[in-house]
Amino acid sequence: MHSPTVTIEGEIQISETLHGGQMWSTVVRRGQRLRLVDTQGNAAVSALFYNAAQPLERYNMPDTLKAQQIACLKTGCAIYSDMGRVLCSVVADSLGWHDTITGHADSKASQLKYGLGTYQVMRNARIRNTRDNFLVELGKYGLGRRDIVANVNFFVKVAPDQDGSLHFVADHSKALDFIELRADMDTLVVLSNTPHPMDPSRTYNPPPVELQLRSGKPATSDDPVRNLCPENQRGFALNDRLYLTEAGQCH
Amino acid sequence: MSLRESLREPTLARFNEVVESGCAFSHTLCKGQVLRIVDLEGNQAVDTLFYNASDPSERYSATDTIREQSNIFLSTGSRLISSEGNLLLTIVADTCGRHDTVGGACAAESNQVRYSLDKKFMHNCRDSFLLEIQKHLPALSKRDLTANINFFMNVPVTPDGRLWFDDGLSAPGRYVEMQAAMDVIVLISNCPQLNNPCNAYNPTPVRVLVWDN
Repeated sequence: MHSPTVTIEGEIQISETLHGGQMWSTVVRRGQRLRLVDTQGNAAVSALFYNAAQPLERYNMPDTLKAQQIACLKTGCAIYSDMGRVLCSVVADSLGWHDTITGHADSKASQLKYGLGTYQVMRNARIRNTRDNFLVELGKYGLGRRDIVANVNFFVKVAPDQDGSLHFVADHSKALDFIELRADMDTLVVLSNTPHPMDPSRTYNPPPVELQLRSGKPATSDDPVRNLCPENQRGFALNDRLYLTEAGQCH
Repeated sequence: MSLRESLREPTLARFNEVVESGCAFSHTLCKGQVLRIVDLEGNQAVDTLFYNASDPSERYSATDTIREQSNIFLSTGSRLISSEGNLLLTIVADTCGRHDTVGGACAAESNQVRYSLDKKFMHNCRDSFLLEIQKHLPALSKRDLTANINFFMNVPVTPDGRLWFDDGLSAPGRYVEMQAAMDVIVLISNCPQLNNPCNAYNPTPVRVLVWDN
């Protein structure tokens, strides 16, 4: 069991359970916090991020990794858009590694591994896959398959060797492991609580994940994510420019 | 790393063209055709994307490609997988040994983040991609510019989760060759980046050849 590394601040605005197999989305306003908690262990929550005001600006995996010279996400990291700005920041997490490079499963991969698991047979316990979940959720915003980019997999670790070969780390996330994001612009967050395609288990059993949306303030000038590296200082400076027209909103 | 030379004869290529440094290039490959990219002067990053020619909303997927081969580097034998899980091309020869697909393309805005806010004026791959698709591939837009391949570029990742741009492994005349498994559009930006070692601080031309199989 892990304990939070930061004091939980802010008023709880939404608290709900993301069931196994479920997708979810919301616009997290600048400064708001979104906390995800793995309730049973072995969770895998795939995520996409867009500028809510202009979704053509979206999460960019290579720019996120290059700016901070990282291959995974952990506390202190910024999640960058393709326009040099920060969509959100990882302000706390208990795992130290969230996957960015191994994508998600589609219906073909899911059926090969778990079988059909149709609605006709299983009703709402049916087997769902990440890609179809993304398509449904993105469709609600007029977005589609061209808008699905390399996604983040929270709670997942796929470790690289020196020769570049990759290994899925089983049992990486335990019960009560968590990650907490702070939106650094108004960010459309799209989530899918569906198994990672490299998880060797052939049993479809994604655990419930607790979601908590809390009020909060935008990054201040002494913010640890902003000051992680000169690159992040410049990224946050570009965010500041985005909000300059809103009096008093520039930090 | 899987080095393999090709027996294909340049004089028999149906297409043979130099792409100058900082220039974009697009071409449709028919199923079965073989594309070779030659790093003419060495250490030149060639940012490349592929699309299903009959439906470009299906496109190269770095994450699917990485996951399906359980390795972050591309070399001989790598299967380049689409966003719909289909095979686009297979790398059939490679005299460099390692190509990147996590480093992405440079852009005016990411150059500001990585180097300095005043670097926005510098030429970059995304501008090349955008101009090429606006002029020649009207079905595509910025939505379709996703995580690409950087042929001849070396971006190591460590077991503790670090990543950086390293000096290239390439040298003058090294090449990579791939065979199309469906009709595909090739979109290339011959990288103009001057701020890091991906082009040895001196962007140079590459040669593109196409053979019928």
